[in-house]
Amino acid sequence: MKTPSELRYTEDHEWLRPEGKSSRIGITDFAQDQLGDVVFVELPDVGRQVKKGEAFGVVESVKSVSDVFAPITGKVLAVNQDLVDKPELVNQDPYGQGWIVELEIADDAEVQALLDAQAYAAHQEGGH
Amino acid sequence: MGKRTPLYEEHLALGGRMVDFGGWDMPVQYPAGILAEHEAVRQRAGIFDVSHMGEIDLHGERALEFADELVTNDCRKLEQNQVLYSPMCYEHGGVVDDLLVYRLEPGHVLLVVNAANTEKDVNWVMERRQKLFPDVQAEDISAQTAEVALQGPKAQEILQSLTSFDLNKIAFFWVQPDIEVAGRRALWVSRTGYTGEDGFEIYVRPEDAAHVWREILRAGEPYGILPCGLGARDSLRFEACLPLYGQELDQDHTPLQSGLKYWVRLEKEHFTGIEPLRHEQESGGPKRRLVGFKLEERGIARHGYPILSPEGDEIGVVTSGMLSPTLGEAIGLGFVPAEYAQAGTRIAVSVRGRAIPAEVIKRPFYRRSGK
Repeated sequence: MKTPSELRYTEDHEWLRPEGKSSRIGITDFAQDQLGDVVFVELPDVGRQVKKGEAFGVVESVKSVSDVFAPITGKVLAVNQDLVDKPELVNQDPYGQGWIVELEIADDAEVQALLDAQAYAAHQEGGH
Repeated sequence: MGKRTPLYEEHLALGGRMVDFGGWDMPVQYPAGILAEHEAVRQRAGIFDVSHMGEIDLHGERALEFADELVTNDCRKLEQNQVLYSPMCYEHGGVVDDLLVYRLEPGHVLLVVNAANTEKDVNWVMERRQKLFPDVQAEDISAQTAEVALQGPKAQEILQSLTSFDLNKIAFFWVQPDIEVAGRRALWVSRTGYTGEDGFEIYVRPEDAAHVWREILRAGEPYGILPCGLGARDSLRFEACLPLYGQELDQDHTPLQSGLKYWVRLEKEHFTGIEPLRHEQESGGPKRRLVGFKLEERGIARHGYPILSPEGDEIGVVTSGMLSPTLGEAIGLGFVPAEYAQAGTRIAVSVRGRAIPAEVIKRPFYRRSGK
């Protein structure tokens, strides 16, 4: 499973790509592999204010339904509209075209507290 | 660790993702994924390990009579080597399980039951036997029986390349005992399945299972066969509206409520559970019924989600639902009051607190062409 070193991760198998005051967010390669074929992604409304830990999106595979949790507190700046018609992008390119939302970073310390690639890889191996 | 079928090592070798299913370690999918496996069965062929299914042998002069008492469908019209699908009910009319009845040689009947229910079913059959048919012998032969299902439009061509027996002689819901498949004696080969496609279920001894499995995969390769897991088995049976015990069927619903009227022969002299079912039918039919529905906005109805009236009142529950791989629509099955059961009726499904409008539609959702 790929775990790009430049990203930050959560124990819920989400990734963040912090760039200035915002960050794209998606689910990891490991997560998409565990889910299987993604057939539907429910996206939050742009402008919605979310709290860290809040469920603000849903990824559904043929068999299962998984919440997407806000890894940090902030406002939803953008959502990946391509997933409406092509939810399979989450499987095909989880760290690229399969991104899910872009969040405003309200508190940099929250980002710093997230796992780095090495810690996330260890978390995966430790039995998710 | 769960129970393992004789094909456990094959699943690992093929990269199967193993999950617990009714106490068994079974593959939910292989690397190709559920959608690809589903499509393979609809377009070409797929092979499933169904060795976890339970088999109960009935022996004795009155074996068929006993089977006929156990199940709601009519076994007495069965000819030798004919197979029958039927619910099996408790005395109160709730469903113990749904199963296949194989009428084999005189005095021999085989019941094939759901894996997760095998122990419960064996106990039930033993109890009924002791009470009503002590002269019939009943034996759980599940551990001595492996089973693979070869399903899809290319199933016959693939299997034919592995046997000298003319498979045209096995019609839909008929069985042929004791034929050679890939150089091994198959116990039974029936033209049955759980996918809505043509296909065969091949019963072999556990020690022959891996060989037969591999040979079918090899023979099927030019046809694009895929090994298929429980995920595709569920999505395929769902589109064909074949009920799944624990979802569309359970001890709290009668088979009439679950839409299996055709398989409930109330004109029979007797079967276990006939009295409450007759009463239900004679007093205007089931008050709650299983229906199919289609969501009209984006979302997927899942098992356990509430079904709502157009006014927003909770009127029922989803038993199965998914985005149909073949049809590309979000469809589902669920129980609703009888007044909402007509095709065209407006309902809604509560998806994470949001009421998504839906319409009751005819079942099955998928029917193979030429059937």
